[in-house]
Amino acid sequence: MEIVLDGLSWLCIVGGLFFMLVGTLGLLRMPDVYTRLHAAGMTDTMGAGLLLLGMGLQTIIGIVDGDGQYWFVLFRLVFVYAFLLFTSPIATHAVARAALHGGLEPYRAPAESAD
Amino acid sequence: MLRAFGLGTILVVFWLLLSGHYTLMLISFGVGSSALVVYLALRMDVVDHEGVPLQLGGRFWLYLPWLMKEIFVANVAVAKVILHPKLPISPITVIFHGSQKTDIGRFIYANSITLTPGTITTGVEGQDFEIHALTYADVDGREEDEMDRRVTWVEQGD
Repeated sequence: MEIVLDGLSWLCIVGGLFFMLVGTLGLLRMPDVYTRLHAAGMTDTMGAGLLLLGMGLQTIIGIVDGDGQYWFVLFRLVFVYAFLLFTSPIATHAVARAALHGGLEPYRAPAESAD
Repeated sequence: MLRAFGLGTILVVFWLLLSGHYTLMLISFGVGSSALVVYLALRMDVVDHEGVPLQLGGRFWLYLPWLMKEIFVANVAVAKVILHPKLPISPITVIFHGSQKTDIGRFIYANSITLTPGTITTGVEGQDFEIHALTYADVDGREEDEMDRRVTWVEQGD
């Protein structure tokens, strides 16, 4: 049981790191602020989500071992993700809206590559 | 009044879960500060269907797993675009017509769109949602229409 949970936990944490890395790469590769926001959105939905899930599985190992204190850690991890789900789209929306309000034209793909 | 009581209960439970110390003094601090927050929220007149949307009931929790699945699918799609050597993006801005009747429904829909990578809600005008998408495939309509239906179902409440 513990080895399965530990394996899943590792899988989630490595997956979270992968999405963090790809999100950061996207942040560097994208041409303008609007497209960069899409890449940044990956890090706080999937990246942080999988990392927190991996940590949550670690606390479940602790709970299975009989240490009740781990319940509190698990609740806090769930709350962290819940708050991320509410705050990150609002921040993303605010940045996009501010950029539009500032008159920044969204990047459009050049004609030959836009099919 | 029911909403104020619900908000107070949620705050106390939240406080108890975060605290982990159950002595009479600390619990009374928790109850006292929750009561103070409810009082301030009442004074600010934010204890309504929008500030404390208890009317959604269990439907929101049924919507959440589906949203998680959509977030996963959209993340994989955007990751593929980013890792593609040619970076095949074709950003586009479209207007979507949502069927939500309440402001809390529009709030859930707009935030759900932003949460799924590849689409960002840049503006809400009445029922119209202005969406910036990374590629045209992100707004070809299928996911957004289904999300629209599901959010409208959530806002109708129990």
